[in-house]
Amino acid sequence: MNVQASLILKLLVVALLACVPLTGESFYIEIVGKILVMAIFAMSLDLLVGFTGLVSFGHAAYFGIAAYAVAILSPQYEAASLWYVLPASIGLSALAAFVIGLFVLRTKGIYFIMVTLAFAQMAYFIFHDTPLGGGSDGMYLNNKPSAAIFGWEPFDLTNEVHMFYFILVMMVLVYLFLTRILQSPFGRALVGIKSNEHRMQSLGYFTFRYKLGAFTLAGALGGLAGFLYAVLFGFVTPELLSWHESGNVLLMVILGGMGNLPGVIAGAFAFEAMREVFADLTKYWQLLMGGVIVAVVLFLPGGLAGIPGRIKRAMQGGDAK
Amino acid sequence: MNKKFSAARNFVLSAALVAAGLGSAHAEDKVKVGLMLPYTGTYAALGNAITNGFKQFVEENGGKLGGREVEYFTVDDESNPAKATENAKKLVSREKVDVLVGTVHSGVALAMAKVARDTKTLMIIPNAGANDLTGPLCSPYVFRSSFSAWQPSYAMGEALAKKGVKNVATVTWKYSFGEESVAGFKEAFEKGGGKVVKEMTLPFPNVEFQPFLTEIASAKPDAVFVFFAGAGAAKFVSDYAAAGLKSSIPLYGPGFLTDGNLAAMGGAGEGLLTTLHYADGLTNAKDAAFRTKYAQTYKMQPDVYAVQGYDAAQMYEAGLKAAGGDPAKQEEVIKGMASATIDSPRGAFTLSKAHNPVQDIYMRQVKGDQNVVVEVVSKGLEDPARGCKL
Amino acid sequence: MDFATFLIQTLNSLQYGLLLFLVASGLTLVFGIMGIINLAHGSFYMIGAYLAFVLTSATGSLVMAIALGIPLALAFGAFLEWALFAHLYKRDHLEQVLLTYGLILIFEQLRSLLVGDDVHGVAIPAFLDASIQLTDVMSYPVYRLAISAVCIVLAIALYYVIQRTRLGMMIRAGNDDRTMVEALGININMIYRVVFALGVALAALAGMLAAPISSVFPNMGSHVLIISFVIVVIGGIGSVWGALVAALIVGFADTFGKVLIPELSGIVVYVVMAVVLLWRPEGILKKG
Repeated sequence: MNVQASLILKLLVVALLACVPLTGESFYIEIVGKILVMAIFAMSLDLLVGFTGLVSFGHAAYFGIAAYAVAILSPQYEAASLWYVLPASIGLSALAAFVIGLFVLRTKGIYFIMVTLAFAQMAYFIFHDTPLGGGSDGMYLNNKPSAAIFGWEPFDLTNEVHMFYFILVMMVLVYLFLTRILQSPFGRALVGIKSNEHRMQSLGYFTFRYKLGAFTLAGALGGLAGFLYAVLFGFVTPELLSWHESGNVLLMVILGGMGNLPGVIAGAFAFEAMREVFADLTKYWQLLMGGVIVAVVLFLPGGLAGIPGRIKRAMQGGDAK
Repeated sequence: MNKKFSAARNFVLSAALVAAGLGSAHAEDKVKVGLMLPYTGTYAALGNAITNGFKQFVEENGGKLGGREVEYFTVDDESNPAKATENAKKLVSREKVDVLVGTVHSGVALAMAKVARDTKTLMIIPNAGANDLTGPLCSPYVFRSSFSAWQPSYAMGEALAKKGVKNVATVTWKYSFGEESVAGFKEAFEKGGGKVVKEMTLPFPNVEFQPFLTEIASAKPDAVFVFFAGAGAAKFVSDYAAAGLKSSIPLYGPGFLTDGNLAAMGGAGEGLLTTLHYADGLTNAKDAAFRTKYAQTYKMQPDVYAVQGYDAAQMYEAGLKAAGGDPAKQEEVIKGMASATIDSPRGAFTLSKAHNPVQDIYMRQVKGDQNVVVEVVSKGLEDPARGCKL
Repeated sequence: MDFATFLIQTLNSLQYGLLLFLVASGLTLVFGIMGIINLAHGSFYMIGAYLAFVLTSATGSLVMAIALGIPLALAFGAFLEWALFAHLYKRDHLEQVLLTYGLILIFEQLRSLLVGDDVHGVAIPAFLDASIQLTDVMSYPVYRLAISAVCIVLAIALYYVIQRTRLGMMIRAGNDDRTMVEALGININMIYRVVFALGVALAALAGMLAAPISSVFPNMGSHVLIISFVIVVIGGIGSVWGALVAALIVGFADTFGKVLIPELSGIVVYVVMAVVLLWRPEGILKKG
């Protein structure tokens, strides 16, 4: 696909998404909003998995920490200011990712996967076992943050349409930001680390610092997703940090195709759509879901993003004969 | 709350009302019941029992509620709070159900209750016992056909204090339901002059109980009070018996300890005393009819969960009757439900101001594969509904 | 804590640790030798427990059930390796994580379809259904001690197989250098099939042995899965000996954590794991 066509396609997709609130169906506005949140979450993980080659199996921790941060930082009977809770929540997730990154980035391969999992489990148990965030029952976010600046209110998050556009804008910003980052020297260093860390080291890169930077950034963006999730649904629970959620977001990444941001967004859509359709279809939806996952791994190694290439190759193969 | 919000909400609400009005213009629509229950995972058996109970009442009622045909919308909540809001919204905003019935897991029920409150949808909880649901988070739209965690445990506390038991150790999982149960027990037991000497918790769903059994053996309290449910309960009771403690230090707990688990315990539960709002061997005619019918229809014995599902349907029927069969007249439905006396297989009960059953709590004893009623230990026990402003 | 209580808690720790070892040993073999992350390992434990339940109901004896269950588990493991896992060796870990995650869903749903969602008990074999009096009120079930004994025997047997037999030599060589083994003309795929089947059988055996004391219930596999991972990582991937040491460490940390610092007992084992990895990023005993 050439650059121009791909740009037009992306703009079309955004325009299409922007039309969702026109349906007026609050269920669809919210569900698409949620998928966009998951898309942000999946893109943040893709920065690690797809571009830096770090398979984190505990990414839900950063999502959950920010989600809890909004709920805990918001006063019970009035709305907190968006301009305070948004940076604070993201900051807490970033801080957690930075500290955990200091530890986990010492390990590699399978160990890395397992250690990220272990730290996520710790975070899970902290929210599950202590009264900090309502324990195992979770807690409500009774009032969505207010966007008012000195009495002027540019938008209103309690309005579902405003909320939807807020999420959509955030997703586009995250996409643009990551695209930009990946073209920067920092991003190129990350990709270099993925393909060959030793070479990067011998070229004089302090790869640990780059990896830590990526890990923190991914944590912060995962935190943004968690923040949006908490504001969208007004309810947080320790299960947001469970390893199943970490697994689900990994699935979105691989379904879409690692190292391909638009693909990952498509992966988030495909994953959520699959769950919806299967659950509506049959009581035994887990069987279908499991079957699809196995099939994707076995037969679709490039994820959804790999499909156009496969079709192209298949067609060219056909032409040749 | 700002004006813009209420304006927007009013708009949405009036749109919804118009939609609802249009709907009823099609006349004698079906009643839409949204069942959001666990059909997979650890609590799947409970979700099925509740569904069976609910549907049994509807069948007995001529396949109708409030004189209308019933249309079911079912969602598997997987006992996963992370998906709960979304699932509840699916039933409320997409399927536009008249009533939301669910669920087993307290965390999921809390998320559902928030949706019910925010969207002003009627909700009936057929199991989840979190005190908060009919406490600080109570709402005119939220009813419960089951119990609050406080109820059976408080009754047990009273009963043990009356028995003259002095020192008790407690064990439970470190999660809300367990901690609320222990708190309810402690409140009544210490009020009656007893003392909780040791409170132990372990992370949910860990089932390695041996360290606690050792601690109990070393502390030698007069009795042990535990809250466990499901497979963990079966394991605790078996381990307790295997450690030889059963004969020297009596074990008590809310009925979830033994309900549905007796076969899995393989005799280790024999003789245990537990408290619950339902029991085997009740003598009311309603229960006898309910059980015969249930056994015929589903080829298995009903349990407390089936009763709670059955009563959820009864409660809704009472509400609809009061509203002339029209689910859209929500205020009247709510009034009707709140003032109804439900002729339950567990014995008749009414609803408290916070919409939690005011019910008798039974002391039951395990005999073979049954939890046989011994006596009513607490007549018409009402949850204190602390923090509820209804 | 008085001394007698301390001793009994030590016994509890050992016994729990040994049971964990049984689950983790299969995982560490598959992990280390085949380089496969297997999230479905917990499912094999679950399948073992349900096999014990179904076969004990059918034959009336747990011993019979185990005797029948082990070959079934071996065959099942070999089949899975042939059908699915053999395609994964050249793929990255991420894909292994996902494939096995999908398998968990499939196994749980099949379990629900075939056996239902109820909690079941499995009777302890009559000759082991006794207990030893430890203090005036507390006794210890003989069955638990028997499980510990089986675990110890298995640990020694595994050690022997890996260190002293030709198969073990090939396994060790495969663990170290796959291409080297292939160059020597050893059929590495056959070794992998054997190892994987063995791993499945060990997990299933753990489930079968644990069934009478843990009861049999939906999702039981996910409870042991994460803790097994922790053990494998602490012990060093691929090291059976390391898994044993790590399982005992976790057994002690969990038991004493529950009693001494109940507030934090949920995270104790993870803290232990983090500390070990800081000290030795490749586990206590890398290689076995």
